[in-house]
Amino acid sequence: MTRESFVNLALLTALVAVPLWAWVAGEPFTITLATRAVIFALAAVGLNLALGLGGMVSFGHAVFFGLGGYSMGILAHHAQNFLPLYDGLIVIEGTKSMPVIWLVAIVVSALAALLIGLLSLRTSGVYFIMITLAFGQMFYYFAISWRAYGGEDGLSIWVRNDFPGLNTLAPIQFYGLCFALLLAALWLSARIARSSFGLVLNAARQVPGRVETVGLDGQRAKLVAFVISGAITGLAGALFADLNRFVSPTMFSWHMSGELIVFIILGGAARLFGPVAGAVLFVAMEHVLGDLWDHWHILLGALLLVIVLFARGGLIGLLAGKARNHD
Amino acid sequence: MSTILIVEQVLNGLQFGVMLFLMAAGLTLIFGVMGLINLAHGSLYMVGAFVAATVAAATGSFLLALVAAMGAAAMAGALIEMTVIRRLYHTDHLDQVLATFALILIFSEGTRWIFGSFPLYLSRPEALAGSVTLPFGIEYPLYRLALIGAGLAVAVGLWLLIAKTRIGIQIRAGENDREMIAALGVDIRTLYTFVFALGAALAGLAGALVGAIQSVQVGMGEPVLILAFVVIVIGGIGSIKGAFVGALIVGLTDTLGGIFLPELFKLAMEPAAATQVGASLSSMAIYLLMAAVLIWRPTGLFGARTA
Repeated sequence: MTRESFVNLALLTALVAVPLWAWVAGEPFTITLATRAVIFALAAVGLNLALGLGGMVSFGHAVFFGLGGYSMGILAHHAQNFLPLYDGLIVIEGTKSMPVIWLVAIVVSALAALLIGLLSLRTSGVYFIMITLAFGQMFYYFAISWRAYGGEDGLSIWVRNDFPGLNTLAPIQFYGLCFALLLAALWLSARIARSSFGLVLNAARQVPGRVETVGLDGQRAKLVAFVISGAITGLAGALFADLNRFVSPTMFSWHMSGELIVFIILGGAARLFGPVAGAVLFVAMEHVLGDLWDHWHILLGALLLVIVLFARGGLIGLLAGKARNHD
Repeated sequence: MSTILIVEQVLNGLQFGVMLFLMAAGLTLIFGVMGLINLAHGSLYMVGAFVAATVAAATGSFLLALVAAMGAAAMAGALIEMTVIRRLYHTDHLDQVLATFALILIFSEGTRWIFGSFPLYLSRPEALAGSVTLPFGIEYPLYRLALIGAGLAVAVGLWLLIAKTRIGIQIRAGENDREMIAALGVDIRTLYTFVFALGAALAGLAGALVGAIQSVQVGMGEPVLILAFVVIVIGGIGSIKGAFVGALIVGLTDTLGGIFLPELFKLAMEPAAATQVGASLSSMAIYLLMAAVLIWRPTGLFGARTA
């Protein structure tokens, strides 16, 4: 077993053991914190497909996070108020069922990612960063001006949505759901990285010219990766909204996009578990340092600077040494 | 819709545009010469506004406040260039984004720590307080007119600096071939610090000038920063001319869209729905415009080279 897989295993063990301990000890707040970390990790695992594997520095992934959140918010809002979503030839009702909400969140985010990806991938480098950022702002301002769904105030959902066979109101059961989805996303990421599609993507990031020379369509691979990436982040957004029972335009804000990138870098870029380690570290810092000092963002900024300038591998890099296939 | 309203809105759009230009010029200059994407540019705008508000409150002089704002922003810019930014010139864009995002966190939270969360107020100078009567009997605030004048003056000054002076030649040479200009004996490190401080001073000036018509608060630089990004994407990254044209386009689109789009929809829809749709659409208008420009010209209106 390499040191990195040992670190990964330790991380997973902690993500199982700590919430279980909190459950036994009657500390629901710790479970909520762990749920928050796991959901952020899921969103960042999604982003890492685009950023780490595909080399697309998307500064607008909050779009998908927010779309997932609003998918949940709008469906549950209609269900709790008994207002049909669409009342024409056919009647479409809202829903409180998590699987349906997740499906909608995934489809909506994937479609948005397809549209944004088609436009943004015409460019690269700094242009790509700025365009994804601008699309993020576009959705942010749209959400603010859309008064039917709360505008700037957002939407509150009274009761958490249902999952067949589970009591989602119990923190540990909701945590289990989120954790299972995170594992599924990690498994999918690992599969993609090893697949021939992943190899094309990897090559398209490093030597785009050669990929085309051998007759492969690197741009299409990037677009597909961007869509999958957006869909996973969208799913995380639906879970995040369910965790807080609240959605607001801040889910679309560019700070959110920035934080998703920060999770990846804190944990360690180009590592499967980097986003997980980063999200856990972030939530832990937010809780511990945030309690000590109101202005803990100064420390976060300083830590981020140190990592970018001096410790490129992030947390996993510190613990596990250099990556084997470093590029 | 009266002519007076249209003229007023066009002037508002111009005023917004020239202020965006002050931000965008620094961003695009820094990108053109050093190849650096600087998210912390909005923080320098905020520094300018806070210093201006503090100095104006202490001395009562608006002019002094402007000078102090530019000086402080330039100093803050030079400081972060020498400590952090300098290490980022040879790294990839992701590192630049992260490091400057970290600087935003430090600047914003640091400012909140020092000044608290309540907004400060910067009142416009006495001499520019009233309004003037333009031709056709249009009343327009003198201060906003002065902003347009100041923005245009800076644009001309910047053009002169870059086109006519020795340092301008060095800047243009630095954009094309940094090894060659270093080999010719120009101290490239000092030149970079100067360019960064110049961009910072322009951002600080914009912050101070706009601070007098908006409240001075933490986070005020971020919406402007993102609009400035839209401006330079539309204009072409690295092009000052592009930044100027892009800034006016964005300023006018944003201001006029907010007024006229709801009116336009009222022709075809019920008033309430039209207001809603128009407002939503106008808040997205500049981003749709940007998308359109990119489909047409992926490197922007005046961008020659690929980023």
